[in-house]
Amino acid sequence: MEPLMAVAIGFMYAAAIFLMLRRSIVKLVIGLMLLTNAANLLIFTSAGMTRGAPPLIPEGMLAPEGVVADPLPQAVVLTAIVIAFGVLAFAVVLIRRAYEIVKADDLDKMKDTDT
Amino acid sequence: MRPEVALPVLLPLLSGAISLLFWRSRPMQRFTAVAGNLALMVVSLWLFTSVYQEGYVTIQMGGWEAPYGITLVADMLSAVMIVLTALIGLVIAVYSLASTGPDHEKFGYYPLMHLLLAGVSGAFLTGDIFNLYVWFEVMLVASFALLILGGEKAQMEGAIKYVTLNLLASVIFLTAIGLLYGMVGTLNMADIALRLHEAEHQGMVEVLAVMFMVAFGIKAAAFPLFFWLPASYHTPPVAVSALFAGLLTKVGVYSLFRVFTLMFDDTMDYTQDLLIWGATLTMVTGVLGAAAQYEFRRILSFHIVSQIGYMILGLALYTPLAIAGGVFAIMHNIVVKTNLFLISGITRRLQGTYQLKKMGGLYKERPWLAVAFFLSAFSLAGIPPLSGFFAKFVIVRAGIEAEAYVVTGIALAVGFMTLYSMVKIWNEVFWKSLPEDNLVPERETVVGDDGRMVKPNLWLMTLPVGVLAAMSLLIGVFAEPLMGLMNTIGEQLLNPQGYIEAVLGDNVDVIEALIETPASEEVSP
Repeated sequence: MEPLMAVAIGFMYAAAIFLMLRRSIVKLVIGLMLLTNAANLLIFTSAGMTRGAPPLIPEGMLAPEGVVADPLPQAVVLTAIVIAFGVLAFAVVLIRRAYEIVKADDLDKMKDTDT
Repeated sequence: MRPEVALPVLLPLLSGAISLLFWRSRPMQRFTAVAGNLALMVVSLWLFTSVYQEGYVTIQMGGWEAPYGITLVADMLSAVMIVLTALIGLVIAVYSLASTGPDHEKFGYYPLMHLLLAGVSGAFLTGDIFNLYVWFEVMLVASFALLILGGEKAQMEGAIKYVTLNLLASVIFLTAIGLLYGMVGTLNMADIALRLHEAEHQGMVEVLAVMFMVAFGIKAAAFPLFFWLPASYHTPPVAVSALFAGLLTKVGVYSLFRVFTLMFDDTMDYTQDLLIWGATLTMVTGVLGAAAQYEFRRILSFHIVSQIGYMILGLALYTPLAIAGGVFAIMHNIVVKTNLFLISGITRRLQGTYQLKKMGGLYKERPWLAVAFFLSAFSLAGIPPLSGFFAKFVIVRAGIEAEAYVVTGIALAVGFMTLYSMVKIWNEVFWKSLPEDNLVPERETVVGDDGRMVKPNLWLMTLPVGVLAAMSLLIGVFAEPLMGLMNTIGEQLLNPQGYIEAVLGDNVDVIEALIETPASEEVSP
């Protein structure tokens, strides 16, 4: 399972960077979305994938039996998803405002503040 | 329980919450801003005294022992950074009372400022790598919103670059955390430091080191990753610019100091050259970029980049003295750079523009402002006996001791180029007479509490400038005791054992035993 995930994640990173290199700000934000999702999947995969073994401790014992899934990366991914959601919501509003004010969705037309 | 470690994070969050409760009441928000930051200052000094007496102070959040819970830990570097954060927070809060108009205050300027300070403090104190990411995001989201308050065209354009590149940095950071967790199975930085030495794939450790370097390099605005900074820092209201200039890039630099002394000290023979030449090119490109500019805040923005080079050079030389010099540079730069931005705000008030060509005659009109600018600008250029001189002196001396002559020579040359830009501002703004086409018409007025247009209190803007200029002078005068402090930091950073023991306590032995018998190491596959 892990090699398949690795390939898929790699593909997502590549697609995200391709989109971010386009000139349209909408594609830029879609690229960012894809990039954060790829990173989340990477964390999820990096700790190893375990099927059907929730990290629950049976009653009357101090440690779970046998091999169980690592709960920490899942908690981490959950946090990262929430953060990415908030930030992307901001980014979507930002490009909308920017489009209204600059009247273009072309990054090449947003060079006034560059030096 | 050591509440002083958690309070610098909790207090700004609390002030932010109080500010939000009084969303409609401008006076209450302004009062909270000053009072909250005063309290933050008191708490940060408390933390500093504790750290000064004991070396390391930790608190395990929620009572979960490290490495399982999140540890907040303050060593000398964190404590100094927290004190500086509180100082800048307080100064900016007072300055904002006069400089930030109601059109910004109505849309949550003060709550965002508190949130930003909470993020910065959290990043300085956390001992957990994923928690560091979270604080970075807290800080970033607050800074995004502050950057676009006002919604002018330039702000939007600047914000798109700022947001994109900072998010990219965050994703690289997150990716590196994921891979790191896959290798060592822990997120606690002290625990990672112990396990990374014994990690199976040392090649992978170097890859991770470079990923962290790129992620923090973008946030610290190091060469060649700094382009977002001069494209955005001159666009928001001046108090926001000053706050960003003082604190945000320094969080990136602090993180570089932290991970490369604690976790990636083994990779230094590979990454040292990258860091040294990155730092050198940062200095040179920053200062050359500034030479071409004729807009007050753009010049200063490029100089932020240039000064970041000195700090990273201090880390890259990797001797106790060099690191002490690097931290001295951070301290000096936070004070001086913030002050220069604050001064640019006052001159803009007085003459209605940031364009140097259209300004002039301020030496005659406001001699004390000229003195404050003179102190800060020449301190930035490294003229003795001001604060910048000692930062540069220590780094140069460390460079010569490490026999890095070329780099040291470049660092000195960059000092002269800095002087060029500062003299340019001095000549244009203070020395030459006011050009005739500047009628100085629009002394900005703001809506007063009774609804009429009033002139803002200029003394509320000059007071912070005076305090920071005096600080810069005092850092120069008391360079000797401060240098003692910096040497402690250098020693602490290069001997991470103390940090690791402070965080993990008795668990160090347990973890070391586990590392030696890897069969029983992990429950997960």
